[in-house]
Amino acid sequence: MMAVLGWVPVWRRNFLVWRKLALPSLLGNFGEPLFYLLALGYGFGSFIDQVQGMPYLMFLASGIVCGSAMNSATLEGLYSAYVRMSMQQTWEGILATPLSVRDVVVGEMMWTGTKALINSTPILVVAAALGAVHDWSALWALPVLLLAGLAFGAMALVVTSVATGFDFFMYYSTLIITPMFLLSGVFFPIEVMPGWVQGLAQWFPLTHVVAVVRPLVTGLPLVAPLLHLAVLAVCATAALTAATWLLRRRLIR
Amino acid sequence: MNGVAFTLAPVAAAPSAEAVVRAVGLTKLYGETPVVKGIDFSVYRGECVGLLGPNGAGKTTTLRLLLGTAHPSGGTLEVLGLPVPARAAEMRRRLGVVPQFDNLDPDFTVAENLQTYGSYFGLGRAALAERVPVLLEFAALTERAGAKISALSGGMKRRLTLARALINDPELLILDEPTTGLDPQARQLLWRRLRELLAAGKTLLLTTHYMEEAERLCDRIMVMDHGVILATGSPAELIRAHIEPQVVELFGPRAAEWLAAEGAGRAERTEEVGESVLCYLHDERPLLDALAAVEGLRFTHRRANLEDVFLKLTGRDLRTAS
Ligand SMILES: Nc1ncnc2c1ncn2[C@@H]1O[C@H](COP(=O)(O)OP(=O)(O)O)[C@@H](O)[C@H]1O
Ligand SMILES: [Mg+2]
Repeated sequence: MMAVLGWVPVWRRNFLVWRKLALPSLLGNFGEPLFYLLALGYGFGSFIDQVQGMPYLMFLASGIVCGSAMNSATLEGLYSAYVRMSMQQTWEGILATPLSVRDVVVGEMMWTGTKALINSTPILVVAAALGAVHDWSALWALPVLLLAGLAFGAMALVVTSVATGFDFFMYYSTLIITPMFLLSGVFFPIEVMPGWVQGLAQWFPLTHVVAVVRPLVTGLPLVAPLLHLAVLAVCATAALTAATWLLRRRLIR
Repeated sequence: MNGVAFTLAPVAAAPSAEAVVRAVGLTKLYGETPVVKGIDFSVYRGECVGLLGPNGAGKTTTLRLLLGTAHPSGGTLEVLGLPVPARAAEMRRRLGVVPQFDNLDPDFTVAENLQTYGSYFGLGRAALAERVPVLLEFAALTERAGAKISALSGGMKRRLTLARALINDPELLILDEPTTGLDPQARQLLWRRLRELLAAGKTLLLTTHYMEEAERLCDRIMVMDHGVILATGSPAELIRAHIEPQVVELFGPRAAEWLAAEGAGRAERTEEVGESVLCYLHDERPLLDALAAVEGLRFTHRRANLEDVFLKLTGRDLRTAS
């Protein structure tokens, strides 16, 4: 039983710490996207007639929710996980119990997925309040955002497993995460970009998150959802395997 | 037995012949560098064994090998009857660990630290509700149950780490320098707790570079340096087997000078440590009489201790070898 569910106490530890500061952080989770959507959605929206047949506010909300899932899972998998690994030696403490490196990595990944949901769900709620959500099928976006969080969290854990300090994360943020955030169709359709950027964007996992979440939130037709979900599942599994292998090498010496 | 009622395991308090740790030819290389060099040792149920050696001797590495968080480069290892690292996770259910550096969870209170750590062993709400108050009492932290870790003194943190290591009611407790950096009172309190655990039938394996700690607490001591166990035995046995029982210590710049000129032949063996000279012998009277007649030479007489054994075995002073 421990072997299968060993990740649960690791996840639970992070959840309990988060819960201590939940109220102020939840206020931020609602406040920030609200201002983003008001400013950009109405601001840019006033210059833009329609995007893919919908108001810009709606287009933007369905993209930002994906970007937020990526960013929060990434932050958790980089900085917070690194603090637990290096500064606090939390993982070393855990590894003196029956739990394994795999339990630690899976528990941390599950937590990054949870953080993605915690941070992106309020955006959906705010968007709904502003009339930027098509119908209740938007709720199907939640499991997709969880899967996205798992994939981005696991990728971040790969980086953390070889990190020598916080500086290290700058490369990953500026070279991978920021371009992905800007070029995956969050703020505008990738079809308006030059061909080579469109080709590049197909390699970004975030593009595939947007490709599923946007139709679910805005009522556009879903195109090949299983393919996009498969890409995310492969990312999550491959990154999980790599992070486990690398962390075992780092922690079991 | 105050406080550890639930930990009272039905085992004999006296050391038995059952080995709870059995290491044969245990070896660990880091890159090309051997850090643990084919050591053989056993720890028997109910005893307290001390691994005594200076910084860098390989003590922590040896403990990590036992724990299964370092994998040996050679040799075989069995802990609590299970092969390690092959079945280390299973073994760790019955093991408690006090690491060299406290890794308490700073985001939790004192009590939450115990509860969270218990959850890693799969302990549920009911078991924790029973154990946590008992362990808080044991660690003399009941009043501090809701305190933040950052508000604890070094001694309190150490006691909490010890309490945390007991959350799964382990049979074997591994402690890496449990009292390093603590003031004398905090150290005394911790020693008292460790003795209570021994009385309750626990087996203890601890590392230290305090001779006094090893002498007071341990049934058996393994003297370790450069990845090798140089000698094993009770403190008294080690002293009897390796060195002369009496020591006359001469201080100051004149000590070596006098010894060269007049002292030759008066001691069975001498060692120079810094500015002082240690003379080892069976009968100290003649030397003390001779010294009393010398002007301006300070000296003391004492019985030989583990420090002297270490000096003899390694040529290094344990106090300064680190
Ligand atoms: N992970 C590691 N990689 C390389 N060398 C190490 C590692 N851990 C310990 N060592 C080296 O092994 C030797 C023994 O270390 P350690 O077991 O910590 O000694 P002790 O606990 O007795 O002070 C030291 O020289 C140390 O530098
Ligand atoms: Mg050490």
